[in-house]
Amino acid sequence: MSEQDDKKIDKSRRRFLIGATSAMGVAGTIGAAVPFVGSWTPSQKAKAAGAPVRIDISTLKEGEQIIAEWRGKPIWVIRRTQQMISDLDQMVDVLLDPESSNSDQPEYADNLHRSLRPDILVLTGVCTHLGCSPTYRPEKAPKDLGDKWMGGFLCACHNSRFDLAGRVFKGAPASKNLAVPPYSFENETTIVVGIDKETA
Amino acid sequence: MLKKVMPWVDERLPVTDSWNRHLGKYYAPKNFNFWYFFGSLALLVLVNQLITGVWLTMNYNPTEGLGAFASVETNIMRDVKYGWLIRYLHSTGASAFFAVIYMHMFRGLLYGSYRKPRELVWLVGMFIFVCLMAEAFFGYLLPWGQMSYWGAQVIISLFSTIPYFGEDLAQLIRGDYVISGITLNRFFALHVIAIPIVLLGLVVLHILALHEVGSNNPDGVEIKQRKNEKGIPLDGIPFHPYYTVKDIVGVIVFLILFLGIVFFNPEFGGLFLEAPNFEPNNPLKTPEHIAPVWYFTPFYSMLRAVTAPLFGIDANFWGFMVMVAAIVVLFLLPWLDRSPVKSIRYKGFLSKLFLALFVVSFAVLGVLGLPPNKLTAWMNLDTRTLVTQISTVIYFSFFILMPFYTRMEKTKPIPDRVTYK
Amino acid sequence: MKWMLTIVFILSAQVFAIGGDVELDHAAVDLHDKASLQRGAQLFINYCMGCHSAQFQRYERTANDIGIPNHVFEDNLLFGDAKIGELMKIAMSIEDGKKWFGAPPPDLTLTARLRGPDWLYTYLRSFYVDESRPWGVNNTVFKNVGMPHALMELQGEQRLVCKHAETADDLHCDSFEVTENTGKLTNEQYDMAILDLVNFLTYLGEPSRLESNRIGVYVILFLIIMLVFAYLLKREYWKDVH
Repeated sequence: MSEQDDKKIDKSRRRFLIGATSAMGVAGTIGAAVPFVGSWTPSQKAKAAGAPVRIDISTLKEGEQIIAEWRGKPIWVIRRTQQMISDLDQMVDVLLDPESSNSDQPEYADNLHRSLRPDILVLTGVCTHLGCSPTYRPEKAPKDLGDKWMGGFLCACHNSRFDLAGRVFKGAPASKNLAVPPYSFENETTIVVGIDKETA
Repeated sequence: MLKKVMPWVDERLPVTDSWNRHLGKYYAPKNFNFWYFFGSLALLVLVNQLITGVWLTMNYNPTEGLGAFASVETNIMRDVKYGWLIRYLHSTGASAFFAVIYMHMFRGLLYGSYRKPRELVWLVGMFIFVCLMAEAFFGYLLPWGQMSYWGAQVIISLFSTIPYFGEDLAQLIRGDYVISGITLNRFFALHVIAIPIVLLGLVVLHILALHEVGSNNPDGVEIKQRKNEKGIPLDGIPFHPYYTVKDIVGVIVFLILFLGIVFFNPEFGGLFLEAPNFEPNNPLKTPEHIAPVWYFTPFYSMLRAVTAPLFGIDANFWGFMVMVAAIVVLFLLPWLDRSPVKSIRYKGFLSKLFLALFVVSFAVLGVLGLPPNKLTAWMNLDTRTLVTQISTVIYFSFFILMPFYTRMEKTKPIPDRVTYK
Repeated sequence: MKWMLTIVFILSAQVFAIGGDVELDHAAVDLHDKASLQRGAQLFINYCMGCHSAQFQRYERTANDIGIPNHVFEDNLLFGDAKIGELMKIAMSIEDGKKWFGAPPPDLTLTARLRGPDWLYTYLRSFYVDESRPWGVNNTVFKNVGMPHALMELQGEQRLVCKHAETADDLHCDSFEVTENTGKLTNEQYDMAILDLVNFLTYLGEPSRLESNRIGVYVILFLIIMLVFAYLLKREYWKDVH
């Protein structure tokens, strides 16, 4: 390692070998990280628990609600009356996003009634504000909600209000309409949540 | 950029200083050979065990009944993506750890690395070895299979052979009258928290002690005795870059072997993963052969070498004591070796003979401690016991006779400088 | 020295392999043979899962790995209200198992790793009629076995053939004879069916095996290439050391 030695050192060769070895070392480290990161993706058990659920709506009466569970979240199914459906048109003034242009729903539910079939409403029952589950309030003009209330959902946590298509009211802390999960009809009386025509 | 930041950091934290002390200006003898790879490899395996261990705890569930077993076989081996790989890295890593550590210790025996002034390096290293054995023992219960259960049963029962308080002690370890979920939970806590912390602390001490006195080498020559005008040992080269680039080569060769086993043969013919452990534990049915994993078999054999009671105390107890003594005697090595030279290269014939006998006896004990296999098929039970006993005597005579044969024999003169090429 | 160690290292896995006392026939399992795995799965679910569970594995994983589409699997191999995402459990309780067989039939998820494919292959072909046993059959590999010959309708009635060698006392019972027209399959077909079943059980014991082999090849190749660069780097630096 005297000065004479220094002259003999092929610096560019060293630089190349350091670069090549380091590059492979970095690539190897990234490769080694793959199984560890990959193991954090939902396991088969979680996937099995999150498998599509079937909801039987044969006994669901008009104006009533069923609460089912899919992937740990409440799924609401409501059979709307003809009156409720026609009332949806009149809500436009009080709603923040009546066209649902800024909310989460499958394409087939991107319509006025936000559902496949006008009478059957399927929603993810989680408030878009802070994740509480709102209460179903189908009655018209109750004392606490005022004369304009045509039926909808009230979140007890921070008083966000939604209409019977899950659309949020102006002035509520929540800024997005309630989400519609992917779903389809297996037959007239069975809804499958988690499978729709697009994913099937 | 770095030139501005480093002085600021160095005033507050000795980063540059530590780098130089342990790598950049740590002068290691230039004549390290093959045996000197195993120190850094041990560190690599330790890191592997820590990382894969942390990841395993994310899906492992230490509950009795089928709980723990199912969390390994369903969650880890089947449901979690790459769970099988993480588990095999950990299970193969356990065997690799011992393989590497045994080579590392053998290097110490070959070149007298335990001799003055490195007694503390050796002692701390021995404590690491004991910790490692405890870690492996506690960890082996966790898969909660037949061999997990019965292996722990046998080892814990050893404590109950101690006169007067043995039975109470065994119960204290189990926390129950039999091995149960309570035992499983405490072993889990010890395996994933307590022992690893101690182990890490000891590894730091091991390296600090080594870097204080400097590394030994195959010639057993102290390189610090011959320095140049700058105070740098003439036969020393900075650890970084010379030994880092060399160790990288060692690491890759090791990884090829290690990952070859992990990916293609993680059971390693039943040596690394024992077949009976693929059956959930059953306290009512003992497997045909109970044997510890290969790295414990030499000591397990010594346990079985003692067949006669003494002073009215059961043979099992004395077997246990022999096993303990086999480990304790290793601690005493720095004071047993009285040779004027450190390295086997300059020791006499007797040292070489005894070292060879020691290695053979250790290997024979290891093979005899395994379940019946092709190598031991020709022996009947009595022959096995006899061979075990002879090997145990040879094992101990290596140590007990060491003060005598190392002084009696004629040694070769030690060179002034290390020999290099 | 290094090479010696490497050789010892590679050989050791073979040398220490632990053998039993019965001579076993070799089962030529092939995890790549999806058709065989599918036939094996069919046999397993139809004939074994009446009593034995495979409760550490999910149906869905099985279906995906051996290449049966989920809906086909659901229609043909799922019984009762079992869902495809569920573990392969059975309806029989441990208590009933004890009552009927003396001991609950063991779970078979890991049986191939516990016993080895050769053992299973030989065992499943070694049942023979023995009226003294509660189920009317015995087994040369598993003496006084506690289970009936579940595949008898396929194999037929197999009897142990004993022959006198030189002396009258020297009785050898080491071959079998199947009574004609008692089973649905010929001897060769039955052996093939058992091989399919053992192939499936081998898969079931370690479903990650093929994935492991596949990734392993790339990992080792990567390391070998890296070794070349690392070695050249080491040699380059060590030119400094004299």
